[in-house]
Amino acid sequence: MHLAYPAVLAALLFSVGVYGVLARRNVILVLMSVELMLNAVNLNLVAFDVWLRDTLHAGQALTLFTITIAAAEIGLGLAVVLLVYRTRRTADVDRITALGDRHEAELADERPAETEKAQVTA
Amino acid sequence: MNLALPILVPALPALGAAAGLATGRRHPGLARPLAVLPVAVAAVLALVTALQLGTGATLDAATRLAPTGGPEISLALHLDGFSSLISVLVGLVATCVQVYSTAYLKDDPRYPSYAALVSLFTAAMFLVVYSGDLIVLLVGWEVMGICSYFLIGHHWETADARSASLKAFLVTKLGDVPFLFGLFLLGADAGSFRIDEVLKAAAEGRLGHPTLIALLLLGGVAGKSAQFPLHTWLPDAMAGPTPVSALIHAATMVAAGIYLVARLLPVFLLSSTALLVLAIMAAITMIGSALCALAQDDLKRVLAYSTVGQLGYMAGALASGDRDAAVFHLITHGAFKALLFLAAGVVIHAAHTNSISVMSRIDGLRHRVPDAYWTMGIGLIALIGLPPFAGFFSKEAVLSAAEHAANGEALTGGLGPASAVPAAAGSIVLGAGLLTALLTGAYATRMWLVAFHGKPLPAAAGTHQAGAPYSPEIDEADPAKAEPGAMRWPLWVLAVPSMGLGLAGLRTDWLPALLDGESLRPSTTTAVIGTGVALAGILISYAAWRTVTSRQAAQQPAGQVLVPGQPGPPAAETLPADPAPRLLGPLYRPALHGFGVDRLYHLLFVRPTEAAARLVRFLDKAVVETYVRGAGAAPGWLGRAVRFAQTGNAQGYLSALLAGAVLLAVLVAVGS
Repeated sequence: MHLAYPAVLAALLFSVGVYGVLARRNVILVLMSVELMLNAVNLNLVAFDVWLRDTLHAGQALTLFTITIAAAEIGLGLAVVLLVYRTRRTADVDRITALGDRHEAELADERPAETEKAQVTA
Repeated sequence: MNLALPILVPALPALGAAAGLATGRRHPGLARPLAVLPVAVAAVLALVTALQLGTGATLDAATRLAPTGGPEISLALHLDGFSSLISVLVGLVATCVQVYSTAYLKDDPRYPSYAALVSLFTAAMFLVVYSGDLIVLLVGWEVMGICSYFLIGHHWETADARSASLKAFLVTKLGDVPFLFGLFLLGADAGSFRIDEVLKAAAEGRLGHPTLIALLLLGGVAGKSAQFPLHTWLPDAMAGPTPVSALIHAATMVAAGIYLVARLLPVFLLSSTALLVLAIMAAITMIGSALCALAQDDLKRVLAYSTVGQLGYMAGALASGDRDAAVFHLITHGAFKALLFLAAGVVIHAAHTNSISVMSRIDGLRHRVPDAYWTMGIGLIALIGLPPFAGFFSKEAVLSAAEHAANGEALTGGLGPASAVPAAAGSIVLGAGLLTALLTGAYATRMWLVAFHGKPLPAAAGTHQAGAPYSPEIDEADPAKAEPGAMRWPLWVLAVPSMGLGLAGLRTDWLPALLDGESLRPSTTTAVIGTGVALAGILISYAAWRTVTSRQAAQQPAGQVLVPGQPGPPAAETLPADPAPRLLGPLYRPALHGFGVDRLYHLLFVRPTEAAARLVRFLDKAVVETYVRGAGAAPGWLGRAVRFAQTGNAQGYLSALLAGAVLLAVLVAVGS
């Protein structure tokens, strides 16, 4: 089998994953897209391992590593999503922007005293 | 000879000053002994040193202070007749002043620091006199400058004292800048800062730029010794307490400039230009200050201007190449001017005013302060220069030196050829000196008559002359009390040399043996002419005073008609019999204000400086600050722009990350 097939398949899978990470709103789907990207990498590893006829099968070994790490990552990610959902009643990435730098006016409305203090020290 | 003695002379007052400053606040009782004792002991040691050194001998000792890579700086002593004489004078005057101050500033809360500064000042003067190294001399020179600043500003509550101290400091520093460069140039040319090396180099003709050096040094001398055009600080410096005026502005600090030129006279003799400049400077100073002194109404300002004029005599003697006469006049002038100032202090203390026109209205002032009355008379006769008082001999020595120089046979005392002194310098000094002798007689007589012999007027409570400049004097003591002994006996101590010191110059084996050995005996021609013009000055002044007094006596009844309670009678009638306006005529107003030199300086220097300051302020505010603000604001705006990207949306960040990664990949791909 020519190397092009798995390579193209991996590229497609990765692209789908990138699109999912960047475009999907639901956090769970974002996590799934991350899995797709990881699996694209796995496919590449296995394919190149075969193509290069590596006697130590480093590609296959690395794939096993990746699968393990992906399992750990998805477990952690789902736990985070669960907690976020419990506190915010939503799993929508677009609406979880608490770490963003809000507009000055909003801040002034919320915490006038602290803003003034910050300005003085600045 | 034991070196410890001359080293102790400057060291003792300095240590006394340090101790006085350290303990003054906690133990005010110690201030008086700490002020008087070190200075008195130093004076005795100076006398002992002078006696041990004897006549005609010199002593040089040096230890290396700092290797500079160039000419080395060494802690050097140089003792000769000049330093002996002047150190004894400084010791005597400083001791008198310290004793006098214990009474004069008895109730002053700042007496400890005052006394310590006077001691430090004395130490600095001793250092200047004894130093054999120009840089060490400069240290003493500058310490004197700063002490003078503090002491003039002693009454810093008054605006006049503050501005006078600043003015004195700035003007003398203005002269010190060229002085410093002159010293450097001198050291570089001679290859050493040691005075004996410098003089050796000057004798061997190794100095490359004698005219430049001499002119630069003259800047500092003009500043310190109050010569035209840097003389303006001295009359204003009278804002300090009177003993300070006696010490600093009569006997010591102003003498430093003259002393320096006397020490370095061989260098000056190499340049006839410098001597001519010095002569012109001295002539302008002499005549101008004598005219100003004639117009002043403030007792201390009269004396201050007369100091400026007498310093002009010394500078004139130096310009004539005769340092013996200059130092002789310095010594006698130091004695009688200190006496005059201290006596003036007593009079001011008793009359509670500086104005001689107010003094003239006080009844029986001369019976109230007999000591000051008589000693001031002695001082004034010495100042005028009537034989056999000290001023006569020294002034005649100056005049004969000028006469010799004018004839082309200058008395250089073997320091250089007689032809080194331009004859023009001698003629200028001689002419100005004779004219000044006349004016000196006039102003001294006028001051004496107006201050002590005025007729008490019914409207005695008049104020001093309107528009005349005054030195403020905050008097702490009760005018009704008689002056304590500490204020009276220094007068008589100083009166003795004022009367008798001149005789020391009569024989070449007396005073001249200490100096270069030139005869200080007055030559017949100048003696007769000099005394004649001085007498003429006295008589003219007396005649003018008589006329004014009799005219006023004729007007007196008109003045008495006025009811005492009514607000002041017309100014013309309250003015006392002052012959000055009559003598000076149209010159009176300009002379009263120092011929507008201050105003000229205000126009030439103060205004442009203020304008430049305003310009700099504008540039700073409008230009520099704009850049500074811009540098602060631009990152702020940039930061605000960047904040819009911080939305909190993780997907946005990731998109930007991806875009960046793609961009880098493309760049790498294209670049390779």
